[in-house]
Amino acid sequence: MANLLLLAEHDGKTLSPATAKALTAALQMGEAADILIAGQNCEAAAQEAAKLKGARRILLADSAALSHQLAEPLAALIARLAKDYSHICAAATTIGKNVLPRAAALLDVAQLSDIVEVRESDVFVHPTYAGNVMETVRMKDEKKLLTIRATAFAAAPAAEKGEEAPIETIEAGEASELSSYVGEELTQSDRPELTAARIVISGGRGMQSGENFHLLETIADKLGAAVGASRAAVDSGFVPNDYQVGQTGKTVAPELYIAVGISGAIQHLAGMKDSKTIVAINKDEEAPIFQIADYGLVADLFDALPELAQELDKLEN
Amino acid sequence: MKILVPIKRVVDYNVRVQVKPSGSVDLDNVKMSMNPFDEIAVEEAIRLKEQNKAKEIIAISIGPAQASETIRTALAMGADKGILVQSPERLEPLNVAKILKAIADKEKPDLIILGKQAIDDDCNQTGQMLAALLNWPQGTFASKLELNGDSITVTREVDGGLQTLALKRPAIITTDLRLNEPRYATLPNIMKAKKKPIEQTTPESYGINPAPRLEILETLPPKEREGGVKVESIKELVEKLRSEAGIL
Ligand SMILES: Cc1cc2nc3c(=O)[nH]c(=O)nc-3n(C[C@H](O)[C@H](O)[C@H](O)COP(=O)(O)OP(=O)(O)OC[C@H]3O[C@@H](n4cnc5c(N)ncnc54)[C@H](O)[C@@H]3O)c2cc1C
Ligand SMILES: Nc1ncnc2c1ncn2[C@@H]1O[C@H](COP(=O)(O)O)[C@@H](O)[C@H]1O
Repeated sequence: MANLLLLAEHDGKTLSPATAKALTAALQMGEAADILIAGQNCEAAAQEAAKLKGARRILLADSAALSHQLAEPLAALIARLAKDYSHICAAATTIGKNVLPRAAALLDVAQLSDIVEVRESDVFVHPTYAGNVMETVRMKDEKKLLTIRATAFAAAPAAEKGEEAPIETIEAGEASELSSYVGEELTQSDRPELTAARIVISGGRGMQSGENFHLLETIADKLGAAVGASRAAVDSGFVPNDYQVGQTGKTVAPELYIAVGISGAIQHLAGMKDSKTIVAINKDEEAPIFQIADYGLVADLFDALPELAQELDKLEN
Repeated sequence: MKILVPIKRVVDYNVRVQVKPSGSVDLDNVKMSMNPFDEIAVEEAIRLKEQNKAKEIIAISIGPAQASETIRTALAMGADKGILVQSPERLEPLNVAKILKAIADKEKPDLIILGKQAIDDDCNQTGQMLAALLNWPQGTFASKLELNGDSITVTREVDGGLQTLALKRPAIITTDLRLNEPRYATLPNIMKAKKKPIEQTTPESYGINPAPRLEILETLPPKEREGGVKVESIKELVEKLRSEAGIL
């Protein structure tokens, strides 16, 4: 029987939406999953996880040794827990990608990255070559470690009242001498998180400057959208790195993706082509982004964006 | 200080690969290049050498005989020596990591800089696995590196922004795109690189028998998106998003 462990993604206080989606994928491999909440001062996140339908137990490893979920102590913890599980999953976030391969090597097993479909409890589909190839793979190791592309799965629903999973405190293990946390610079935003937003509006090199991104932000605020970017916009310093959508940035699949001043390189498409509806605004009618856009507008973005803001105002009134 | 840089020969990033009707990735006559993240790794190593913080840079590639061309590119950029581990088959990251561990045991480097991900398999695993096998710290998705004595300060690109860690040496680093901009090799350096040594080995020579743990059952192209329509104006766009797509 499949015995599942899911590493939760959280900031201590709240659970990331990616966890509920990864749980849906995990539950397609077996019937009930234990959820591991690892970190420091993360009791609140554990309580939130307990309310997810399909969670069997919440394992709470709360310790200074695990603060910031650094790879060295966390992978060691997962490897220690592994004897009880056949499948160990994490969302393919920067934490999941950092930790799970390390745990897999400690266990001497393969790891599969970014799965988008569960065929059988040991057969999975995942994209390679920037999403231009879909591979169906059977994992032959007894233990299966997988990262899950959260956007490919719906969020697990809430458990019925009174059906919450029990929270068990577990041994966190020693802190690692190998690495230590120095600091972080997190992007502050009141807008929805990029990978969870219903609407995303992204800007590319065509935006010309960071200041011009306010044209996108104005529209984002009217739509309740998140703001993203192409690599070129990030490399040019218009916006921070965590805005990057693509093969090597974030994967998004919102109801509506609006690409503004983005040419549509394969690496960018890899991160957004599963969006439900795609709009492209570009002044070059030959831009490859138009080949995948449901609605393409050939226009100068500096004319189009203010006009779009006006039209949206009209809708509101 | 000695630095190892594992570099992979992959399909050039400009190529949009196709799946053959027979169900394999069509790599006939497509341009191959060094994995872009690995170019960034080579560049970072060379900069450390230029700052007199590193003495020797060894570029390692595991792959077919043609991977020696990839190694030559790294030598022309400024690496000192190459190791080609000849292995015709596609290797899973765990096996690559095991071979790299064997080389690290022998070469005793202070730092190993890898790419964060190979743009063909998109695995993003090898550096983390190698760190586990060596029991070294890992600084993945690095956008800035600083060496101070026995410690390495690394800034990482994470989902929420940037995170900075201090790692004990020896350590594993994997590169993100904004760590640096790799240089082009100059003609004189390309000529010089022809004389630099490339050691030839095999996985077996390290006692490693790379058995696959994954069985590829099917290789298919992704679902194609149907191209849509062009709209004439913002007005029409908003109208269509409302009436057809039902979004706004
Ligand atoms: C290893 C590797 C990984 C990569 N990973 C990613 C990734 O994860 N995400 C990503 O996005 N890219 C990635 N890239 C980069 C990718 O190849 C492209 O270079 C990048 O996506 C281009 O960004 P862009 O479309 O903004 O810029 P450009 O290609 O320069 O396009 C700018 C567009 O703006 C349009 N434009 C200009 N001015 C205006 C105007 N006034 N009004 C309307 N339109 C205008 C132009 O017509 C053009 O189409 C990666 C590359 C490599 C090598
Ligand atoms: N066959 C290989 N030869 C040399 N280095 C490799 C090889 N495969 C992977 N690597 C290194 O590991 C990194 C990550 O690869 P991957 O885990 O496959 O995404 C690459 O950027 C390289 O630095």
